[in-house]
Amino acid sequence: MSLPRLRLAGAAGQLGSIAVTLLGLLMLTFFIGRLMPADPVRAIVGEDATRETYEQVYTSLGLDRPLYEQFVYYLGDVLTGDFGTSIRTGQPVIEDILHVMPATIELATFAIFIGATLGVSMGVLAAVNKDRWPDHVVRVLSLFGHSMPIFWTGMIALIVFYAHLGLVGGSGRMDQFYIGLVDDRTGFLLVDSLLAGEMDVFWSALNHLILPAALLGYSSSAYITRMTRSFMLDQLGQEYVTTARVKGLSRHQTIWLHAFGNIRVQLVTIIALAYGSLLEGAVLIETVFAWPGFGQYLTSNLIIGDMNAVMTCVLIVGVIFIGLNLLSDILYRIFDPRTR
Amino acid sequence: MTADTHPRSMPGWLIAPKNILVFLLRSPTSAFGLAVLALLILTAIFAPLLATHDPYVQALGNVLKPPGDGHLFGTDELGRDIFSRLVYGARITLTIIFLVSIVVGPIGLVIGTSAGYLGGKFDTVMMRITDIFLSFPSLILSLAFVAALGPSLNNAIIAIALTSWPPIARLARAEAMTFRNADYIAAARLQGASATRIIVKSIMPMCLPSVLIRLTLNMATVILTAAGLGFLGLGAQPPMPEWGAMIATGRRYMLDSWWLVTFPGVSILSVSLAFNLLGDGLRDALDPKQMNRR
Amino acid sequence: MEKTILDVRNLRIRYGGSPVEAVRGVSFTLGRERLGIVGESGSGKSTVGRAMLRLLPGATITADMLRFEETDLLALSEKEMLKVRGRRMSMILQDPKFSLNPIRRVGDQVAETYLRHFQCSRREAHDKAVAMLEAVKIRDPERVFRQYPHEISGGMGQRVMIAMMLLADPDLVIADEPTSALDVTVRLQVLNILDGLVRDRGIGLIMISHDLNLVRNFCDRVLIMYAGKVVETLKASDLDHAQHPYTQGLLAAQPRIGGTRQPLAVLDRKPEWLEESL
Repeated sequence: MSLPRLRLAGAAGQLGSIAVTLLGLLMLTFFIGRLMPADPVRAIVGEDATRETYEQVYTSLGLDRPLYEQFVYYLGDVLTGDFGTSIRTGQPVIEDILHVMPATIELATFAIFIGATLGVSMGVLAAVNKDRWPDHVVRVLSLFGHSMPIFWTGMIALIVFYAHLGLVGGSGRMDQFYIGLVDDRTGFLLVDSLLAGEMDVFWSALNHLILPAALLGYSSSAYITRMTRSFMLDQLGQEYVTTARVKGLSRHQTIWLHAFGNIRVQLVTIIALAYGSLLEGAVLIETVFAWPGFGQYLTSNLIIGDMNAVMTCVLIVGVIFIGLNLLSDILYRIFDPRTR
Repeated sequence: MTADTHPRSMPGWLIAPKNILVFLLRSPTSAFGLAVLALLILTAIFAPLLATHDPYVQALGNVLKPPGDGHLFGTDELGRDIFSRLVYGARITLTIIFLVSIVVGPIGLVIGTSAGYLGGKFDTVMMRITDIFLSFPSLILSLAFVAALGPSLNNAIIAIALTSWPPIARLARAEAMTFRNADYIAAARLQGASATRIIVKSIMPMCLPSVLIRLTLNMATVILTAAGLGFLGLGAQPPMPEWGAMIATGRRYMLDSWWLVTFPGVSILSVSLAFNLLGDGLRDALDPKQMNRR
Repeated sequence: MEKTILDVRNLRIRYGGSPVEAVRGVSFTLGRERLGIVGESGSGKSTVGRAMLRLLPGATITADMLRFEETDLLALSEKEMLKVRGRRMSMILQDPKFSLNPIRRVGDQVAETYLRHFQCSRREAHDKAVAMLEAVKIRDPERVFRQYPHEISGGMGQRVMIAMMLLADPDLVIADEPTSALDVTVRLQVLNILDGLVRDRGIGLIMISHDLNLVRNFCDRVLIMYAGKVVETLKASDLDHAQHPYTQGLLAAQPRIGGTRQPLAVLDRKPEWLEESL
C-alpha cells in the first residue's frame, strides 16, 4: 500500500478543486458586477456628468472591450492584489477591508467561543437525555436561536440591557471618550488596549463586545447544537461505549472520556463552518451596533452602489469560506489517529 | 403503516400527505407551527377586513402613540397604525415565500434531476456551480445580487431565488441518482423513451416529495434573509409595510417608542419559528425509524 | 459443584415500549464453571448477558432472584453497580473493530480498567496492563500498548479485549459471541487463551454463542434458549442425547465431516415451544 502517495494525490486533487472553485468565485463576482443593471460608470462620475466624461471613464474601465477580455484583465488585477479603489474613501478597496477586518474577527471569534460552548454543551445534554424533557427544551431553545431575526434581537437587547438595565456598553467598540486613546497596532482592540496597558479601554471594549458577541454566538449555536446532538447519538450507539460501561465507567465518564473524543473531529469541522456563517449575522449585527467592521463596510458601500468594494467583500467572504473548509479538513487529519 | 406512509411508494403518495398531517398535529410544536402558518395565510387573505386603519394613511397629529387607544399596537413616526401595517405586511411575506418557492423548486428540480440522471460532464459542471454558490452565506450573496440589480422588493425576491436553488438541486440530484438504475427506468429506456421524457415523467415525480420538504425547511432562512434585506434598505422600499423595513425605520425611535420595532420583530420571529418547527416535525414524520417508534 | 457465583430465578426482561417480553422467565445457576448459552438471533441470549451487568438502557428487568455471590444485583444503586462492573463481573464483546475506542491507544484502554478500580499510579496501571497483554500471549506488549485499534488485527484486538476484561480479576466473565467476528483461523487460538485464563484464575464463564460445536468443546454445561425461554439445560458432553426437539433440530442442522451428502435438515419450529416451560 502506498499510503503516502495516495494522500499526496488526495491533497493535489483537493488543491485543484479549490483552484476551480476560486476561479468560479471570481467569475461569479465578475459577472454580478458587470452584467447586472447597476452602472459602474454612473457610480463613479455621478448623475450629472457630461457625455464626454462618461465615455472617457467607460473606456478607461475597459467596458468597451469584449466580456472575456474584461474578465482576463479582472483576473490579472485580482492576482496582483489590485481590487480597485473605493469611491467613498478613495483608498484601495483591499486596504480598506484589511483595516476593518480585525474588528469583525474580534467579534466573530468571541461569538464563536460563546456559540461553541453553548452549542456543544446543549447538544450533549440533549443527546444524553434523548426524548426526555432536557432534549425538548434544548430543541426549542436552539430552534428559537435559529429563527430570530438577529438585527431585531440586537435592538431589543440594546433596549433592555443597555438603555434600561445599563449592564453593557451601547453601540460601537468602546465608549466615545476612549476613542483614539489606544494606538492601532493589531486592530484587535482587546489586544491593543492590553499592549498599551490601558485597562479602562480594555474593560470598555469588553463591555461593548459582550452583547453583540453573545447574540451572534446564540444564533450560531443552533446549528452546532443540532449537529452535536446527532454526532453524540451516533457515538452513544457504538459498542465501545458499552465496553467503557462494562469496565465500570459511569455514564458521565463514558460520555466525556470516550464518546466526546470521537465527536471532537466532527465538531471542529462544523464549528469552522459555523464561524463562516457568523459573517452573515455580523453584517446585520454590525449595522445595529454601529460596529466599525467588515459588515458595516459592506452595507455602507451597498447603499452607495460601489460595486468594486461590494464585490471584493463578497469575494473575500467566499475565500474565507473556502479557507475554513480547508482548515477543517486539515484539523480533521491532525485530530483523527486513523488519518495520520 | 410504514409502507403506506413511505413518501416514495407511488400508490401511497396520495395517502401520505394526510398521514403526515395527522402526525404533525400530534406533536405540539409542529402543530403550533402549522397554526401560525394558517394564521399567516388567513391574515394575508382577509387583510382588508382585519386591518383597523389604512396602512398607508399618515396622521401627523397622531405620531408615536403607544399601544391601546384605538391603535392595538400603537402608531409609527408618521402616525400610521402599526397593527394594520403588520396585517398587510403578511401579504408581502407570503408573496416572497410563494414566489421564491415557485422559482426555486422547479429550477432546483430540473437541474438536480438532469444532473443526477445524465451524469457525466453536465453533472460535474452543475455540481461545480452549486459548490460555488454554496461557498457563500446566502445573505451575503443575495446582498451582492440586490446591489447589482438595484434595491426593490422584486429584486430581493430574485436575489433570494438565485441564491437558494443550489441546496435543492443537490438534494434532487442525490435522489435522482438512486432512481437512475432502477428497473422501471431501464424499462422506460428500452421502450425508447427519450432522456427528457424519462426525467420529466419518471424521475421528477419521485423526487418531488423530498424537494417540497426541503423547500419548507428553507423557508425560515428565506424569511430571515428577506427581512434582513428589508432592514438594510435593499428589499421592499418605504412606504411598503414590509416587516424588516418597518424595523429599520423604527430603529431611530426604538429607545422611546419600543412598539415600533417590537411587533414587526415578533411577527418575523413567529413565522420563521413556525417554519422551523414545521420543518423539524416533517423531518421526524418522514423518518421511518421515528414512525415505528411512536 | 462448589460455591454458586450466580443464581438467577425467573428473570424477565421487557424493552421499553415493546408489548412482549424479550426474556420470559429464565432461571439458572452458575458455579466456578463454564456455562454456554446457545440460541438463534433474537432468542434473548445476549439480553440475558447484558441484564447481569444491568446494561440495558430503557429495559425493565424483574426476577424472583438475581444474586451474584453475596450481592442482590437488582437492589444495588447505579453507583454501587459501577463497583461491580469491570471489577467483579465483566463482559467480552463481539467485535473488537467496534468495541474498542478508535481514537485511544490500546494500552490506555486496557489500563483504564485497573485505574478505575484500584488506587494506583499511572505507572503501576501501565505495568499491570502490559503484564496482562503478555498473559494473553501478545508478543511485544509495549509496542501494542502504544498502538491504536485500527493498527492491530482482529485476533489481536480480541485478545486485548480479554486482557481489558480480566485485568481487574473478576469472578465472572460473560463472553458475548467472543469469536464470531474473527477469522476462522484465529478463533481457536483466542478461545484457548480465554479458556486457559478462566481455568487458571477460577473465573466463572458464561459463553453466549450460536455455535453449538464451539460451546460443546469449551463449556461444561449448556443452556438452550428459544424465544426468550430456556428450553433445555444439559451437560456439554450429553448434547447428543438432547431431549427437546428444538435442540435436536439444531444439531441435525449442523453439517458434519463424513456425514451423508443429503441436504441438511431445516428447523421446523413448532408454535407450542413458545408456550411450554421447563
